[in-house]
Amino acid sequence: MIPNDRQYLETHEWAKKEGDLVVLGITDFAVKHLTDLVYIKLPSVGDHLKKGERFGEIESVKAVSDLMSPVEGEVVEVNSELVDALDRVANDPYNAGWMVKVRGGAISGMLDAAAYQKVTEADGH
Amino acid sequence: MNAQRTPLTSEHENARAQIVNFSGWAMPVHYTSILEEARHVRRAVGLFDLCHMGRVRLSGDGYADLVDRLVTCKTRNMKTGVIRYAMLTREDGTTIDDVLVYREADSIFLCINAGNRNRDLAWLRTHAAGTNVVVDDLSDRLAMIALQGPKSVDVARKLCGGDPGAVKYYGFTMTTFCGMPDIMVSRTGYTGEDGYEFYFPAERAVDVWRKLLEVGAPEGLRPIGLGARDTLRLEAGMPLFGHEIDDTTTPLEADLMWAVDLEKDFVGAGAIRDLAARGTPRRLVGFKLAGKRVPRFGYVVFDGELAIGEVRSGTYSPTLETNIGTAYVGTASAGKKHLSLDLRGSREAIEIVPLPFYRRAR
Repeated sequence: MIPNDRQYLETHEWAKKEGDLVVLGITDFAVKHLTDLVYIKLPSVGDHLKKGERFGEIESVKAVSDLMSPVEGEVVEVNSELVDALDRVANDPYNAGWMVKVRGGAISGMLDAAAYQKVTEADGH
Repeated sequence: MNAQRTPLTSEHENARAQIVNFSGWAMPVHYTSILEEARHVRRAVGLFDLCHMGRVRLSGDGYADLVDRLVTCKTRNMKTGVIRYAMLTREDGTTIDDVLVYREADSIFLCINAGNRNRDLAWLRTHAAGTNVVVDDLSDRLAMIALQGPKSVDVARKLCGGDPGAVKYYGFTMTTFCGMPDIMVSRTGYTGEDGYEFYFPAERAVDVWRKLLEVGAPEGLRPIGLGARDTLRLEAGMPLFGHEIDDTTTPLEADLMWAVDLEKDFVGAGAIRDLAARGTPRRLVGFKLAGKRVPRFGYVVFDGELAIGEVRSGTYSPTLETNIGTAYVGTASAGKKHLSLDLRGSREAIEIVPLPFYRRAR
């Protein structure tokens, strides 16, 4: 099930409003597609993210994928434990696998859960 | 591009495999996970759909001479039932494809790569033109399924007549298989493990696939995707066309001279002899890489500050539990123990190691 408490990009990132912050991560579909995660590179606290630009990368045995930011803003928190615990992304991408928290970013132009579901079906196998 | 489907593509879809376009074919890259599937083949047994590969039989007057002139390996002394690895090379010694040569009683059967099927056939037919040699493309009529893993023989015994355990490595036999008479059963593979290939009428592909999974269940038989196959073949140091070998490489550079008979005349022999005397500018090497990131095709290799080569294959090796890869490097650097590579902007040390990375105990 795709959670309907957040918004999605076609490139399989999610953004969730949490107070005045926006939390970013990737979807279960992305995780299943990548499989065998080996490496993640995240930004540092204080970095400025731009909407539509790369904020990190995630790598599996199969491929390297850019992490795209759906919002603009300043990184105020990074889930740096993921570097040594990628299973959190693999097993719980919507909660324990969150990646960064951003201040200042307004969520706009993203897909809701139903629209994102359609994207994954079109990408399906 | 619309990918071609094998007779088994819908089986893979039903098993919820992730399907990718490989050389123009819709093939399963994995069913569960590449690493999990690779580990499973090393300890038990896996089932592979290889219908995308090409299967060709040459027969008729002069077929033996023609094949001997086109493949790099010695063929004259091959007895019926023997298989050899070889390459098809051009006049300049570069590689058209790598193939398995099956010596049959009155014909020779070739197993060729999916991506090179059409041009291999064109090459064979060009050379057969004006002769009585018949080049029969069996690719669509014959299915090809493989077992790989230490328990392959236990599964094969349940469905083959005779004793598949008596077939030698790089040998084949004609026997009953799944109730069909005179089926070609060979014992080669692309993972470094024991294993078998079955060549049988394509219309039986689905029921044979299901039957194998059913009778192989006690041994843990499960389908394996191309992702694990690539990881396993790289661990075993086996070349993949488009990576370790391609249109620009010669068997010398690729370290495949064990599959080349320079004493006979074949297309490319003269050029390869010349190169052997002069030396080649680059060599294929294997390397290990510490760290989490996986080396990938095209990453630049450095000797000190000098760019001297590029990565051809890379993966995380579940058997060695480290990242491994192959690279072409300038001959002057090929003997060095330590080089480095540019891993998406960061310079990482690599250790040059002999190939293969993995060899099974026999």
